Amino acid sequence: MLTISACNLSRNFGTYTAVRGVNLELNNGEVLGFLGPNGAGKSTTMRMLTGNLAPSSGSVKICGVDLLDDPLGAKKHIGYLPETPPLYRELTVNEYLLLAAKLHRINNNKLLSALEAVKLQCGLIDVGKNLIGSLSKGYQQRVGIAQAIIHSPKAVILDEPTVGLDPNQMREILFLIRELGTSHSVVLSTHILTVVESICDRVQIMHQGQMVFTDTIISLKQKKINLEEIFSQLTLKRTPEKKT
Amino acid sequence: MILIIANKELKTLFASPLAWTLLALMQLVLAWIFLGRLDAFLEIQSQLIQIANPPGVTEVIAAPVFAMAAVVLMMATPLLTMKLIAEERHNNTMTFLLSAPVSITDIVLGKFLGLMIFFSTVIGLVLALSISLLAGSSLDFGLLLSNTTGVFLIAACFASLGLFISCLTAQPAIAAAGALGALLLLWAVDIAANEINSFLGFFSLLKHFENFNRGIIDSSDLVYFILFTLTFLVLSIRKLDGERLRG
Repeated sequence: MLTISACNLSRNFGTYTAVRGVNLELNNGEVLGFLGPNGAGKSTTMRMLTGNLAPSSGSVKICGVDLLDDPLGAKKHIGYLPETPPLYRELTVNEYLLLAAKLHRINNNKLLSALEAVKLQCGLIDVGKNLIGSLSKGYQQRVGIAQAIIHSPKAVILDEPTVGLDPNQMREILFLIRELGTSHSVVLSTHILTVVESICDRVQIMHQGQMVFTDTIISLKQKKINLEEIFSQLTLKRTPEKKT
Repeated sequence: MILIIANKELKTLFASPLAWTLLALMQLVLAWIFLGRLDAFLEIQSQLIQIANPPGVTEVIAAPVFAMAAVVLMMATPLLTMKLIAEERHNNTMTFLLSAPVSITDIVLGKFLGLMIFFSTVIGLVLALSISLLAGSSLDFGLLLSNTTGVFLIAACFASLGLFISCLTAQPAIAAAGALGALLLLWAVDIAANEINSFLGFFSLLKHFENFNRGIIDSSDLVYFILFTLTFLVLSIRKLDGERLRG
């Protein structure tokens, strides 16, 4: 079964159409690279996939549960890291992750084991008692990822998780994401094309609110197509007249 | 779910110095008034004995302190309610709550409950002040009960109004100013109603509190407070829901 299937998603803000008729499918155990220039509508799409924003039209199904009909049932299967990690700076890492676990309805007797497991996975063992506000950007990003996966969701949605990290931190985060890909389905939005080539199974490119390209990385390699070329080709050209 | 969110609100509230400072300042002001009233009572005590059916310590000391507590809570409300939604938006943490399998009703009620628990500690301290009078006198517990109920209900009104205004903006400062403005307006209505004795009095929160302050629990006041609170809670839920659809 598809982990995420979004059908004909559109979203208007007043008269401006940010996302227009986007289809997105995420297979089980797949890492999907979600590309597009700034302002293409990636974040808006991701907010719709996670139930933060209701689509103007179209439907989203998470593991077969319709997000609009049964939002609570569908949200259980999603972990979401927005562009700015939603961290409470005044809480410690442990307090914050426990809160995330409770909000995702993890049973009381499994709380501590879930906390330990996610801290181990994200390399947060040493900083459990630190205040989030005092952590470095890289660690904060890890806490952000940890809160998204603590309830072991089927689908993990990461919106530009590598922004503002130094090369070492970036490598660690990417390693973490690749590991995630073995047990979860992941949607990863990023601007770094080499990242996509190295850790994603499939790539989708969005431009001016529409999905303009989708293919698997393997078939790209077989066809010897350079992702960077495709990206600039598709997103630099002026789009033809807007359909009404 | 509601309890988890209320618990989180209290934790973040008490992790900041704001809550402690407010508690300390409120207690200082109220204790000052308490002592002032106690002093006044001791001065007029000899004259009071000569009157038939004289007012007791509860009426002379505790009731005015509770009346003042209502005003002090009104002033403190904007500082606390601005944190509820506006600051979460400002810090981008609102997505944390919205992405979790939690309904918006749970979020709003949880935040309201968290704030009410904080207010209850303030009210509890005021009650403790009054009960300390037992050391030298007897107390009218009925009057004390009606005052406590009244302050609690009026605090619920302040909290729900502040919460709603917090839902309207992403700027904590604007949420605070808006809530302060709205509460002052409701207070000004009270003053206007005193002068012209018109229907305006019905809309004044403090006017409805006066009965509780005198020891009268009138069902129309009860209904007014409960309706006021419910209205703004429902409006908050509708506003946040609407934002997901339109924002």
